[in-house]
Amino acid sequence: MKFSEQWLREWVNPSLDTQALSDQLSLAGLEVDDVIGVAGDFSGVVVAQIIDAQPHPNADKLQVCQVSDGADTWQIVCGAANARAGLKTALARVGACLPGDFKIKAAKLRQVESFGMLCAEDELGLSDDHAGIMELPEDAPLGLNLRDYLNLDDQIIDVDLTPNRGDCLSLVGMAREVGVLNQLPVKTLDIPAIPAQSDEVFPVELVSPEDCPRYVGRVLRGINPQATTPAWMASKLARSGIRCIDPVVDVTNYVLLELGQPMHAFDLNKLEGRILVRKAEQGETIRLLDGSDATLNDDTLVIADDKGALAIAGIMGGESSSVTETTTDIFLESAFFQPLSIVGRARNYGLHTDSSHRFERGVDWQQQVRAIERATQLLLDIVGGQPGPVIEAVSVEHLPLQPVVRLRHDRVDAMLAMAMPANVIEDILARLGMTLTSDVEREWSVSVPSYRFDITLEVDLIEEIARVYGYDNLPVRTPVAQLPLPPIPEAKVAVSRLREHLISRGYQEAITYSFIEIGLAKQFDPENEPLALANPISAEMAVMRTTLWPGLIKAVLYNQNRQQTRIRMFETGQRFISSDSGLEQQNVVAGVITGNRDAEGWTAGKDKVDFFDLKGDVESLLGLGGQGSEFAFVASKHPALHPGQTAAIELAGQVIGFIGALHPQLVHELDLSSSVFLFEIDLEAALSGRLSRYSALSKFPEMRRDLSLVVDQSVSFSAVKAVVAKTAGEFLKNIRLFDMYQGQGIEAGRKSLALGLTWQHPSRTLTDEEINNSVNAVVSALSQECGASLRD
Amino acid sequence: MENLKNLLEQGKQAVETAVDVKALDDVRVQYLGKKGELTQLLKGLGKLSAEERPAAGALINEAKDALQLALDTRKSELEAAALTAKLASETLDVTLPGRRDELGGLHPVTKTMQRIEAFFGSIGYTVAEGPEIEDDYHNFEALNIPAHHPARAMHDTFYFDAHTLLRTHTSPVQVRTMESKAPPIRIICPGRVYRCDYDQTHSPMFHQVEGLLIDKNISFADLKGTLEQFLREFFEEDVKVRFRPSYFPFTEPSIEVDIDRGDGKWLEVLGCGMVHPKVFEYSGIDPEEYTGFAFGMGVERLAMLRYGVNDLRLFFENDLRFLKQFS
Repeated sequence: MKFSEQWLREWVNPSLDTQALSDQLSLAGLEVDDVIGVAGDFSGVVVAQIIDAQPHPNADKLQVCQVSDGADTWQIVCGAANARAGLKTALARVGACLPGDFKIKAAKLRQVESFGMLCAEDELGLSDDHAGIMELPEDAPLGLNLRDYLNLDDQIIDVDLTPNRGDCLSLVGMAREVGVLNQLPVKTLDIPAIPAQSDEVFPVELVSPEDCPRYVGRVLRGINPQATTPAWMASKLARSGIRCIDPVVDVTNYVLLELGQPMHAFDLNKLEGRILVRKAEQGETIRLLDGSDATLNDDTLVIADDKGALAIAGIMGGESSSVTETTTDIFLESAFFQPLSIVGRARNYGLHTDSSHRFERGVDWQQQVRAIERATQLLLDIVGGQPGPVIEAVSVEHLPLQPVVRLRHDRVDAMLAMAMPANVIEDILARLGMTLTSDVEREWSVSVPSYRFDITLEVDLIEEIARVYGYDNLPVRTPVAQLPLPPIPEAKVAVSRLREHLISRGYQEAITYSFIEIGLAKQFDPENEPLALANPISAEMAVMRTTLWPGLIKAVLYNQNRQQTRIRMFETGQRFISSDSGLEQQNVVAGVITGNRDAEGWTAGKDKVDFFDLKGDVESLLGLGGQGSEFAFVASKHPALHPGQTAAIELAGQVIGFIGALHPQLVHELDLSSSVFLFEIDLEAALSGRLSRYSALSKFPEMRRDLSLVVDQSVSFSAVKAVVAKTAGEFLKNIRLFDMYQGQGIEAGRKSLALGLTWQHPSRTLTDEEINNSVNAVVSALSQECGASLRD
Repeated sequence: MENLKNLLEQGKQAVETAVDVKALDDVRVQYLGKKGELTQLLKGLGKLSAEERPAAGALINEAKDALQLALDTRKSELEAAALTAKLASETLDVTLPGRRDELGGLHPVTKTMQRIEAFFGSIGYTVAEGPEIEDDYHNFEALNIPAHHPARAMHDTFYFDAHTLLRTHTSPVQVRTMESKAPPIRIICPGRVYRCDYDQTHSPMFHQVEGLLIDKNISFADLKGTLEQFLREFFEEDVKVRFRPSYFPFTEPSIEVDIDRGDGKWLEVLGCGMVHPKVFEYSGIDPEEYTGFAFGMGVERLAMLRYGVNDLRLFFENDLRFLKQFS
């Protein structure tokens, strides 16, 4: 809601400057977005008339004008094409000061003297218009200060109203608020009933009274189509951001701003039969005032005549019945449409109008007659004509109820934590237009006025009291509460611990978008159909991620393109997988590494990272819960990963994640500069752990034997380890792989594994013989089950 | 005995001139070894008379002890010198960088969220989380935002279908908590939220932390106190805090909170209010018995103010040069 400060002050004029007034509005919940001066800072500019304009002797584009300010005549050299004898315009005389501290002095232009300047609108900060010098009305009084003539010492106050405050979408409403806040009386508008000068009525029928319980109309014949809108009205409209169109439309807009009642005027001679307020037929079409065509749904209310729809009710009029420059007879409409019958409809047709904005939020349902009388009064002053009687079609049973809300003083005090005096409560509510009665001690029955659609409950009234009293004036305290201890499951790893762990291993946390490009989604996870947004913001953010990898890879690319080559990043967040059983929103942790193993440095190697760098990080991560050995890495396949460097991560037989090298094909397609390794693990599983449990320490020595085995390359370490664990006896404490070698000295297709096995008995020293027996059992089982031989 | 004196002098001379421990040991062997010259003198005592022997023996032993002392002293000197030389040769340039792995760091959004969680966690709020793909009921209806409510226009919502959407705030987590838990409730709900809007000051995805406190006798004053303290502690500054009436369908009264960090400009930092009785009713809580307050803040906005970041988009580009500034 934008309005002229001066207009507001015509209604209520608190002794506050503009800044204080706008602060006051903001702190009452009517947030002032902007305050703009209607003109730039200038002085010494007056209304003047060009008496004579002759071509400049020495310049083609200049004219030498004789300009009168009513007292003196000045010679002014002017370059504007529209400078002509007889034109009334704005004259900055010598000594004037224009915006930007531009002082006007006597000057010579191409040898001709000039004693001032004729001004265009942009030169005075009135608008951006630089088409020519200002053209003022013929009746503008010569010599009058332009600021006074155009009433330029004014500000436009732009208030960003919340949707609950439809009652403030008018000057009356704003003035009421200012009156309440300053405890000042507000001007009341005297709107007399205009007597009919004819009997002519145009019939109205409420076909859908639940949507439109009141429709008020009036015929006005014989208006002057040549009349123009008076300057005072045009300037008020302009300062509210409304363009002048013609006097009839301007008057309806003026009433909309003044009273908050949207109105419409039809060309009476284009109406057929009667007005019907009805629901649209599904598919019914209408050409609107803005020239667009709308195909209507049957949830939309229309104003129609016997031929068809004339307007979308409360939203926009139609072209066929609109007032034009030749219209002499009109039919005025002032109606109340239920907010729920209007809300959302404008948006469905891509429309948003001053009218729909108000009806959606609620228009005072008792002011339709008043508004039509006000419009008639203004029209008679401006365009004349003979009004017929006001006709009102009303369905009382469908009108909104005037709520009566119970207000308990104790509840006010409890909610605000103070003893609010009864007279303060009563004063605030009464000024807001409520009627209070009290039959019970410390209780009121509050009758809510017809313009407040937002007040139905006791808390709504408490809010009004608090708001007007001032939130900043209310007491402050800290809550008092009981202090039960929260559960802290010790076996579970906190997410913050997991993050810290990755950070200490050199990972930088990333946050990537949850929605990605469909192509990328398919490249990384062709097996899961991603959930698509119905209204994505762009193709790059169109589907929900089924894995965090695409986002991380995009971040890798972003950084590689900025000379960052050693990258270690992780992210925690949800992935979204839809299946027949429904949508799964799963928290995961994912990570990516690429580039050199070591950060560049004088001690650092130059090796690139490989699978085992990432695996080591993942193993340490999974070890945080104290049950690292419960997680198994099983050779596996994943469409995004290198087929020979992929492991599924399993916990208790369930796959909980994947780790591997990004598929070389993808590395190539995405233009990545080196090999990339990725993991993604279900967060719940990664955070799972066990409670520590003590077992007695043995006092007896450990015995160690090292085995150097040769096996086929296809034999996995985990298979070897399983055989050892199974056959080495119950006192085996540890299996450690301390070397892995293939190459010279080892047959092609085979690899050498060096194992260190440690045994320990809890209550005695193991004998060499026992250990040797165990080693023999292990070696023979490995030979049989894994084709292992001892290395020479 | 003239010979003994000379021998001792020669020995002492040799000790003095020995350049290292090895040479010194040679000197020891030459004079005090089994076949050493002083040892030989002792062996020669047998040739002397029984009367002469004790005096002569004492003199020789005296000489031996003197030489041994000289040897020991010299040895200590040589060892000390050798150690000094060794230490000198082992001297490092201690200003060289250490052998290390670089540390990573938390994303500034996470860092900010954890800080907020720490404040509220310390006064008994627990963290509650929920799905990001929500249904219309939990995101809107149960929060007193029915279909076609003008407030829906304030939330530019991403939809999947008529009933499924990306949550526009973390308030649905509050609803879900109220549905499943009886008061008193003290929770904060951090997480990602989504709005269909993208420019320098709007991101289609951002983070919120919302809070909810429901108990008996919770008042507007408690809300003011909690948030005023939070903002001062969060910024570690005596920021000016102002409470401005606003409108949210799920709170009544509703408030927007502005801060002034000393430059006279008010910046909006969070929205809050007393839980609307209809929200209580949707979740089966008696609004006559319980009252409560809720608040919500944009994490990126707080992080921007706290760390001086001037472009929202930086948070999601994941530029390492940006992220590392918060390590």
